[in-house]
Amino acid sequence: MDQFWLIISKPDNVPIVLMLLLVGFFTWLALSEARKFDKARAEGKTVKEAAYGDEADYPERVTVWPFLVREEFLAAIAMTIFLFIWSMALDAPLEEMANPNVTPNPSKAPWYFLGLQEILVYFDPWIAGVILPNVIVVGLMVIPYIDPNPKGSGYYTFRERPLAITIFLFGFLILWVLLTAIGTFTRGPGWIWFWPWQYWDTHAVVAETNVDFSDLFFGISSGSFTGSLIGFAVIAIWFPLIMALPLIFRKGRELASEMGIVRYLVFGNLLAFMLALPLKMFLRIFLHVKYIWVTPWFNV
Amino acid sequence: MAEDSAASADKKESMPEPPPQPEVTPGEEFKENVRDFVDKVRKRREAMTLVGWASIATFCGAYALALVRFFFPRVLFEPPNVFKAGYPAEYTVGAVDTNYQKSQRVWIVREPEGFYALLAKCTHLGCTPVWKEAENKFKCPCHGSGFTKEGINYEGPAPRPLERLKIAVADDGQIQIDKSIKFRQEKGDWEKPGALLKA
Repeated sequence: MDQFWLIISKPDNVPIVLMLLLVGFFTWLALSEARKFDKARAEGKTVKEAAYGDEADYPERVTVWPFLVREEFLAAIAMTIFLFIWSMALDAPLEEMANPNVTPNPSKAPWYFLGLQEILVYFDPWIAGVILPNVIVVGLMVIPYIDPNPKGSGYYTFRERPLAITIFLFGFLILWVLLTAIGTFTRGPGWIWFWPWQYWDTHAVVAETNVDFSDLFFGISSGSFTGSLIGFAVIAIWFPLIMALPLIFRKGRELASEMGIVRYLVFGNLLAFMLALPLKMFLRIFLHVKYIWVTPWFNV
Repeated sequence: MAEDSAASADKKESMPEPPPQPEVTPGEEFKENVRDFVDKVRKRREAMTLVGWASIATFCGAYALALVRFFFPRVLFEPPNVFKAGYPAEYTVGAVDTNYQKSQRVWIVREPEGFYALLAKCTHLGCTPVWKEAENKFKCPCHGSGFTKEGINYEGPAPRPLERLKIAVADDGQIQIDKSIKFRQEKGDWEKPGALLKA
């Protein structure tokens, strides 16, 4: 437990602890507000009544200036003051000059990159360092195009857009916040997994010998032609599978016909990427699977 | 066309006359105010012009300085790639020598059949791993890659084995390592002469 206290009280980690608390609070706030709203709607109230409750004499729209800008401005000032005081009160000095020949152990990225550093453990550096970040950025950019549902603007709701909110919470809480928390709290020397109550032993020995997918399940060398073919088949099946899976259900078919083929394909691809990430993490952590598909003839 | 213009002319004629303006002669006070105002505007314009030219001058000045600086080379004198690592007899058989890690980023391993030099740079993203005597492996602190004493990657995300460096005996009998020549196992380089110094 001392170890745990040591980690969370480290000045570098204070923002992460704070972020976890804030994320938890705001998730709870949004979902509980959404539940209230959905309940009121189910009782037959209008959107306005359900959103504002007793204060239903609110105007339908207000202007950005001054109603929004004023509040944003005040919030910005308050935040700046808070950051000033915080940076003065918290002692987090720079370390000595870096020496490329000696890497600190464990070597951790800044807190906002810890999620990415954690992803890098599970994939080839090209996939985790180049392809996945790009898919994340492009995926965030295409959200307005694949989700034109105007509902939920200006009020909290879950029932009017359950899929969008579920995917968001999965992507943000599991694929980003959880990864950051894992990188911060459970990764010790040698990037070995330590539970919070475990002492960070620099000499801890953990057997993590890797195997590739085809070696583990078929006993075929992943570097051979057949092994490579198996790996390719897994990837080639995964993406269409995730795209086809929703079509089994009536709601999925409705969604697909609403979206149209292009939108649905983009959406399905992004979904397959999102779901592949935790699956691969599971394979690596519990079965020590290093690569699914090995391409000896293609090397970057 | 003609009809059109005629119609518009008609319209013009039918426009109501503007009401007669009362004739006003501006007083001295008013004229004074106008002059003041024009003066003010002129001064402000001059000030803005000054600011504009000052910015251009600053930019050009900084650019000229950078241009001048460009003509003085900024050479980084890097340490030579070749270094000597003592006499073969100084090495213990079966041990990994980490004495040159800090200065040269190289580990020298003495095995019964000979010596080889490993570049202490993780093949994942380039951190410097740590030699762990007790576990008989190199372990990278950044993402947990592990390498055997031979340099083979077997745990963590590192995609390929560590690189070996050219190792030979210099004229004076010392071990000499050339960091500019690398041997990669996945290319079969480790079998080539220079990757292993036979004891």
